[in-house]
Amino acid sequence: MTAAQAETAAPAAPAVRKRSGAAARTGWTILAWLVGLVFFFPVLWMVLTSFKQERDAYTTTPRVVFTPTLDQYRAVFSGGIGTAAANSAIATVFSTLLVLLLAVPAAYALSIRPVKRWRDGLFFFIGTKMLPIVAAIVPIFLAIRNLGALDNVWSMVVLYAAMNLPIAVWMLRSFFLEVPRETLEAARLDGAGVRQELTEVMLPVVAPGVAATALICVIFSWNEFFFALNLTATRAATVPFFLVGFITSEGPYWAQLAAATTLASLPVLLAGWIAQKQLVRGLSMGAIK
Amino acid sequence: MTAIAERAVPAGTGRGSARREGWRRRGPLMPALIFTIVVTQVPFLLTLYYSFQSWNLLRPGSFHFVGLGNYAAVIRDAEFRDALLVTVIMTLGSAVIALVLGTLLALLLERKVLGRGVVRTLLISPFLIMPAAAGLLWKTTMFDPVYGLVNFVLQPFGVHGVDFVARFPLASVMTVMVWRWTPFMMLIMLAGLQSQPTDVLEAARVDGARPFAAFREVTLPHLRPYMELGLLLGAIYIVGTFDEIYIMTQGGPGTSTTNLPFYLYQRTFQGYDIGQAASLGVATVIITFIVMTIALRTVFRLFTETEGR
Repeated sequence: MTAAQAETAAPAAPAVRKRSGAAARTGWTILAWLVGLVFFFPVLWMVLTSFKQERDAYTTTPRVVFTPTLDQYRAVFSGGIGTAAANSAIATVFSTLLVLLLAVPAAYALSIRPVKRWRDGLFFFIGTKMLPIVAAIVPIFLAIRNLGALDNVWSMVVLYAAMNLPIAVWMLRSFFLEVPRETLEAARLDGAGVRQELTEVMLPVVAPGVAATALICVIFSWNEFFFALNLTATRAATVPFFLVGFITSEGPYWAQLAAATTLASLPVLLAGWIAQKQLVRGLSMGAIK
Repeated sequence: MTAIAERAVPAGTGRGSARREGWRRRGPLMPALIFTIVVTQVPFLLTLYYSFQSWNLLRPGSFHFVGLGNYAAVIRDAEFRDALLVTVIMTLGSAVIALVLGTLLALLLERKVLGRGVVRTLLISPFLIMPAAAGLLWKTTMFDPVYGLVNFVLQPFGVHGVDFVARFPLASVMTVMVWRWTPFMMLIMLAGLQSQPTDVLEAARVDGARPFAAFREVTLPHLRPYMELGLLLGAIYIVGTFDEIYIMTQGGPGTSTTNLPFYLYQRTFQGYDIGQAASLGVATVIITFIVMTIALRTVFRLFTETEGR
């Protein structure tokens, strides 16, 4: 919108200002690219390092020219990142499905046909997000141990679902509020039941919202570290937990470390790049459209 | 939104049908509510119960009621106060710096910059990197005293072989936090800038207002709620920081980077003193609850404002 407005404004400006405007534009462009590259540089460096031999990763003058190799990726795969990635994928996918299964009806009950005191309900959900989860880890740990579910990926599914549910409810509610009232009223007059109303009128309209919510849940579960650290060991270790092995490993393994962190970050990086718009809305829990 | 609230009152004829209508509305909410209560709230109640007990996991049979004894220890606990201070500095410091940088970046990207989409994609990348991975990367490839890039870049300025994580632990961790959260702030501020009514700015320009004056008088007031929102959401996320601290410093050296989450973790999993750890947890919850209730009031006002549009 601003671009269009600026273009219409430009021809009206005198020629001198136009020329200085072009110079300013070049200046701002260079500055923006410079700053963008500075912020991106650690990521770029990580990817570069992952294609190096270890001896090229350890140089006092950083080496930009080197013979690329896939050795580090091979090493990381034989080191077991595949199993960790499979665990992370299970925990991420199934917790996200569970969240949607619970959050879609809940958000509906807090927006379209609100229950009495819906405001309290909304606050309850967000309130749980404010409590430091570390304060509840002991009872969670003991409960899971007594159930014999330590080092079990399905424990992660349940915990990640609980972790993301409040955000999902808030987000989905903000999308549900956008459903046009008239369409709903018309469906109601036609005698549509709650379920029909939900699946036939609501879901098509809020499908992008569901996708955005799923994206946020995927990001947070894929990256989750605290539960994985304390409640998994070998069988159910997820990717972030797998990375911890690099802190304690002896000797210089930066290139291998870079390959591991690149692989670990890749799914979320790609998803976030593709869905930039949804990201803002999700992170602000629906406050920003 | 008030319109919806008014309609929440069921329009049933009799009392029975009103009750049925009430449950029909409540039904979809129940699974999520019960799930959340069981998985997140029951553990907190248990933590509250444990906080009145003396219980060390390493000493079987040590479980007994001590009343407020654990809480007396919390009040005397100097490390707890240190951790509280670290948490405040880390959370507010990182959130404010990230907000300032994010706002500047958003203002930069608001201009007609060539390849704006690509620059924005580059800028949001730090936020998408796995936090544990970010911690590892910065600790090694960036901050290493011998082979780290930060030392290399600062070499012309007389910096040589500085072990940043050891010498400036809090600043190092906060650097990573700022790096990760600046993109988040930028996205929020960008949304704020794009929602700015252009006619007011246009009017200010026609009236001959200098760019800076127009920014201060028109843009800044418009951005204020977005800044508050960014700060509050950022603080909510940053206050629970654990991954980077665990990976980069383990809370050290000493307790210089031990924030409340990490301190609770240490007390629980290194001391196994469940009663004491639980009382620390309850104290943390109370402090967080007070701060966040105040914060949440503001947030909710912001939520309703943006919804009203």
